[in-house]
Amino acid sequence: MGSYVPSTPAQRAEMLAAVGVSTLDDLYRDVPRDMLLTGENAAPGVSELEAAGELRAMAAKNHVFGAVFRGAGAYDHYIPSIVKRVTAKEEFVTAYTPYQAEISQGVLQSIFEYQTMICELTGMDVSNASLYDGASAAAEAAAMCRDRKRRRVLISGAAHPMVIQTIRTYCEGADVPAEVIPVRDGATDLDALKAALKDTDACFYLQQPNYFGVIEDAAAAGGLVHAAGARYVMGVNPIAAAVLKTPRECGADIAVGEGQPLGMPLGFGGPYLGFMAATHDLFRKLPGRIVGETTDDAGNRAFVLTLQAREQHIRREKASSNVCSNQALCAMTAAVYLSAMGPGGLREAASQCYAKAHYLAAELGKVPGFTLAYPEAPFFHEFVMACPVPPEELLARLEAADILGGLSVEGGVLWCATEKNTRADMDRVAAIAREVAQV
Amino acid sequence: MNFPKELSYSESHEWVQKLPDGTVRVGLTDFAQSELGDLVFVNLPEAGDSMEIGDSFCDVESVKAVSDVYSPLSGTVSAVNEELLDAPQLINESPYEAWLVAVEDVSEFGELMDAAAYEVFCAQGH
Amino acid sequence: MKLIFERSVPGRSSALLPACDVPECPMPEDFARRQALHLPEVAEIDLSRHYTELAGQVFGVNDGFYPLGSCTMKYNPAVNEEIAALPGFTGVHPLQPIHTVQGCLEALVTAEKLLCQVTGMDVMTFQPAAGAHGEFTGLLLIKAYHKSRGDTGRTRIIVPDSAHGTNPASAAMCGFSVVNVPSGPDGCVDLDALRAAVGPDTAGLMLTNPNTVGLFDKNILEITKIVHDAGGLNYYDGANLNAVMEVARPGDMGFDVVHLNLHKTFSTPHGGGGPGSGAVGAKDILAPFLPRFHAAASAEGYVFEDAPQSIGSVKEFYGNFLVILRALCYMRTLGEAGMREASQMAVLNSNYMRVRIAPHCRIATDGVCMHEFVMTLSELKKETGVTAKDVAKAMLDEGMHPPTMYFPLIVEEALMVEPTETESKETLDAACDAIIAILERAKTDPAAVRSTPHNTPIGRPDEVAAARSPKLRCEFS
Repeated sequence: MGSYVPSTPAQRAEMLAAVGVSTLDDLYRDVPRDMLLTGENAAPGVSELEAAGELRAMAAKNHVFGAVFRGAGAYDHYIPSIVKRVTAKEEFVTAYTPYQAEISQGVLQSIFEYQTMICELTGMDVSNASLYDGASAAAEAAAMCRDRKRRRVLISGAAHPMVIQTIRTYCEGADVPAEVIPVRDGATDLDALKAALKDTDACFYLQQPNYFGVIEDAAAAGGLVHAAGARYVMGVNPIAAAVLKTPRECGADIAVGEGQPLGMPLGFGGPYLGFMAATHDLFRKLPGRIVGETTDDAGNRAFVLTLQAREQHIRREKASSNVCSNQALCAMTAAVYLSAMGPGGLREAASQCYAKAHYLAAELGKVPGFTLAYPEAPFFHEFVMACPVPPEELLARLEAADILGGLSVEGGVLWCATEKNTRADMDRVAAIAREVAQV
Repeated sequence: MNFPKELSYSESHEWVQKLPDGTVRVGLTDFAQSELGDLVFVNLPEAGDSMEIGDSFCDVESVKAVSDVYSPLSGTVSAVNEELLDAPQLINESPYEAWLVAVEDVSEFGELMDAAAYEVFCAQGH
Repeated sequence: MKLIFERSVPGRSSALLPACDVPECPMPEDFARRQALHLPEVAEIDLSRHYTELAGQVFGVNDGFYPLGSCTMKYNPAVNEEIAALPGFTGVHPLQPIHTVQGCLEALVTAEKLLCQVTGMDVMTFQPAAGAHGEFTGLLLIKAYHKSRGDTGRTRIIVPDSAHGTNPASAAMCGFSVVNVPSGPDGCVDLDALRAAVGPDTAGLMLTNPNTVGLFDKNILEITKIVHDAGGLNYYDGANLNAVMEVARPGDMGFDVVHLNLHKTFSTPHGGGGPGSGAVGAKDILAPFLPRFHAAASAEGYVFEDAPQSIGSVKEFYGNFLVILRALCYMRTLGEAGMREASQMAVLNSNYMRVRIAPHCRIATDGVCMHEFVMTLSELKKETGVTAKDVAKAMLDEGMHPPTMYFPLIVEEALMVEPTETESKETLDAACDAIIAILERAKTDPAAVRSTPHNTPIGRPDEVAAARSPKLRCEFS
């Protein structure tokens, strides 16, 4: 109904006269006649009131669960109020990429701070300004590692299936081979990795904690990869990174990950945040935007987009990546989240995730038939547990109690607990599991 | 603009210096560096890479552009000037000392000019 | 201004989480992090003021005129933000049971239908997160199509020299070699050069139409036919779709696949560089290869379907869903008629600015343009030494965002102006007055223009120093 066009009919007439045409249609004289739409049957829009009503009705057809015990790549963490307040500021929301540094210091500085925080979280030296999500960041990282001699990409079979799929799709596009290393007892089979590594391998991708929640022996994997002369890429959960050995401590060359846990809502899968950090020797290979510090003509501290000659708009077909847009507002979300939580708050969230997941596992484990699929494997905030009844039955019962249970996977159910889950909710889950198991 | 007499020059603005030991150094001319502006990075080849007349063997970056550097000869890279990796501005400051690569086993040179001819070539706006 | 780290005081924090209500569970020492973790320790008021100060040093569409060519910086309607923030959307886990996410799927299916109508395509995937990501996806579809037919010799993608840099970069990521074809000075494809470039190795052509100089290529049907006759497919870069919504459709122009920048044409905000959404539309011949998780209606309600020969996934899950919602709300509000009006007015606004500026500066093309036009300042530079960049910086002092600088590469000293339909005549007049005044000042006092800007938070930054000695993070001693 509206089109957000402010010019009045009188102004339109004035402008048409200035341009020297009589109608709006005259502006399209280069468009071949037989494809030109006349607009005769163009359906009108609806009012804002009606459009909002339609979309609200759609929202009402979704169910938002009262308690969430499902992760598998998207995590239900507490988002401090300040995060939403700050990132809704219209200056940040409506700005474009900060090409004009003189009027974009706010965005540029926020990205510089974000880059610093990602370096701190991962223990790495340099970070870019963000990528689309964890999966595409993993695929871009793999591409960074390729050279003329080393082409093949190895991926842990314990990585998130969608990440494996995405790396594969990128590799198929580039006509390079990708191999998945098998899983043993819920973790990457390091013997199989050692046997698979060749001098034509570009890199190995390991997820920490892995898809099954298991904490991998990431340092050992890194040793094997480097012994074979390949690069080591780790995909890490950013909350777990606060308390687990950092990618740097595990010997990673590149650390990537899905940044959604850092203050982004579940949002049916996006927008999320791909973060990427690397050792110093790889900084010129980082894809996408990077912000650097410099000075202005009066000697004051200033921030700019830098190292741009790596990028597609300059290097074109020789660029190593086509990335142009990033997820700047999501990167800012992560930075505000990390600042609000602080080092202590982040460690507290991580240790509560750990403690609550272990409590849930213990309580479920008291129910006959519920046993950990990988009892020897250490886990962080997710774990796979066998289910004595078809998982759909249990999950349906939980759903009736407004609880989103774990995800049905091979070997049982993949459960997740975060700092948001209460002991009372976990006890309810265990009680319902007991009821279902006893039928 | 400086055009040292002892060097040879290509139409794509590289200088060539034949050393007594038979190796040849290649760099960018004063004219080239002034056209390119402040250089911020040099992507050098590796020792052992082969170079063919007219092929790009390295590229140089300014803030908003990247430019290929074309080989004025065919041969094998014996050394690269690693000093440039940390200080690309040396090409702007002293282009005839800031060699890019040393080349051995040179089998052939492309068409080269002497300093006088190259000065005229530049003056014609090439 | 201070970095957030410089506002940090050890021991400061906010009370955000309750005490842990389950027994403590110490982590094994051998997994534990030993590296220090420097994150800011600030009170909420410090954090709030920090970002308020940063926001004061940002220029968004809501701050003023933003004629950034190729980026379609139109107004971002408020209602879209409200819709995207509804808990019924933000609180939904992507792996919930399908019957609990019917509203999300309905939104995707509805958006697909509307965008197919605008583009003349048959199907749409929303998985790509941005325009370049959409290009990558669309080219993978083309690659899969040829491969499925055993047509393996098609290894080259034709890209005009006026194209966005993402086009050749995306082609290279898909393993194609890039054939650059020259365009005429008007940015239109040189038909003879195109005929010479196509052959049995042609996988496809990537084209932006209207082109990057702001003209609708009048030979468009001939161009797409040349490529089809050679056995290639045609890829439409939707960066400039804002000129032709409900006026002309890529599908009718002979294109087989198209990416849209929902963050340009369909009013979703840019967020300082993202998130965007690079929805890709395709004709039926490419439908079997679409990325996974295509939302569709079925007898049992909405479902996700996987295409039989899917290229796989280009990211997790289903795309930047909350961005897609904003675009959907926009399309419902405008309807076909509103979208047509938006495009027509985008073109009128652009032409109005063009005729006002033309007496003072050469325009790269003659006559009527589409939604944007390109000023070329090469003569001004020769006469006065004032460059396109200098003129852009002078515009900063006038409270407007400058046009896109130095693009397309085929135009010297280019400034690419895209006013969009959401600006009023008063805004356009004020901007034209300011630009004309700067161009006149460049002739009388070039040094003054070269020294701008003066009214901005910082002066011109030293980009050479930034690139020569990169400082990419804050260091802690």
